Amino acid sequence: MAGDISLRVVTPVRLVVEEQVDELTAPGPLGQLGILPDHAALMTTLDIGQLGYKKSGANSVITLTGGYAEVLDNVVTVLANAAEFPAEIDTARAENARARAERTLEDRDNADDEALVAAEAALKRALLRLDTASQR
Amino acid sequence: MATIKDIKKRISSVRNTQQITKAMKAVAAAKLRRAHDAAVEARPYAEKMRELLSNLSARVSEDSHPLLIEREEKRIDVLLVTTDRGLCGAYNSNVIRLAENFRADQREKELTFRFVGRKGSEYFRRREVAALDDGTVTWHATPDELASVAAGRLIGRFLNGKSDAAYIVYSRFRSALSQVPTAARIIPVAPSEMDEEQQLTEYLVEPSIGDLLSNLLPKNVEVQVYQALLEATAGEHGARMTAMESATNNASDLISDLTLQMNRARQAAITKELLEVISTAEALV
Repeated sequence: MAGDISLRVVTPVRLVVEEQVDELTAPGPLGQLGILPDHAALMTTLDIGQLGYKKSGANSVITLTGGYAEVLDNVVTVLANAAEFPAEIDTARAENARARAERTLEDRDNADDEALVAAEAALKRALLRLDTASQR
Repeated sequence: MATIKDIKKRISSVRNTQQITKAMKAVAAAKLRRAHDAAVEARPYAEKMRELLSNLSARVSEDSHPLLIEREEKRIDVLLVTTDRGLCGAYNSNVIRLAENFRADQREKELTFRFVGRKGSEYFRRREVAALDDGTVTWHATPDELASVAAGRLIGRFLNGKSDAAYIVYSRFRSALSQVPTAARIIPVAPSEMDEEQQLTEYLVEPSIGDLLSNLLPKNVEVQVYQALLEATAGEHGARMTAMESATNNASDLISDLTLQMNRARQAAITKELLEVISTAEALV
């Protein structure tokens, strides 16, 4: 039972996680996605959210800012745009990003649609990082 | 003939230059190591992305997404990756030569250039030979930001029908000593063919194949540009390291030549003085 799924989280910058885990949850497009051993083959996009995994009773969380995941024969590969452990999160930077995004959203009459969408995504990322950081 | 003082002056100036080239070599070596690591660490992501893409696109027809559709290539966008700074040997001229060859091959087509790196931009701007796509030209941001801007721009032009294909011309990193100028098509996306034996896995796909493709395809273009930029950076530092190493060696050779010359000149001066003293003494006797 222990470590039946091998989890690999890669970003364009580095390999973040390569571990055997018991189960994991990922932010799927249709809601939180739980993956247990012997899951069916799956390909999906991932939203901005937390990827949690359990390894011999210990829980770990990393933040994902969107990406893709493939599940195949108990191998889960996550292609994340960016991924961080809670300890790596720069709270000051996230706080700045949140303030910036909120300003853009408040001033919505003067911004074009593209900027608003970008600001909304930035706000979502910042809130997620702050939320994860507060749990460490 | 140069006086001893002149030669001494030259030796010290060459020595100063040698100190600079030596320092530049050390800096380039350190940067090369970092850039090389970055390029290697980015590889798993790019490979997995390619794998997912070829698996997905093997199960849909070519016209299921605009970025997959091949059109007759009449208007071509070229993204030329060079360096901002010189002193890196033939690195930039090799890439630019390849771009020129590419331009010669596609003479009857309409080419639009876009640049990352000041050197390539300066070269083509001076010659006013092809249409230029304005925008940032220097390495002013991190490679991922540059890649996302450049990829977004190229995709936009392709989807709006302003171009029929996009190529990237850059220097592929093979080793510190060898960089290979490469031209590769990045749009439309041509997924690698699957092997016959390779089983086509039946996947559950969320939210849908179409959504996943339209998400994955632009990302793939971006990742390809990103990878190219990383390799170009590693190549730049490798080329600079090699160039500075040979410059340092040349300076050493020059210094030993000049030292020899100086010693000869000094000996000649001594001999001349002796002769003068002896002949004066003889005349007085």
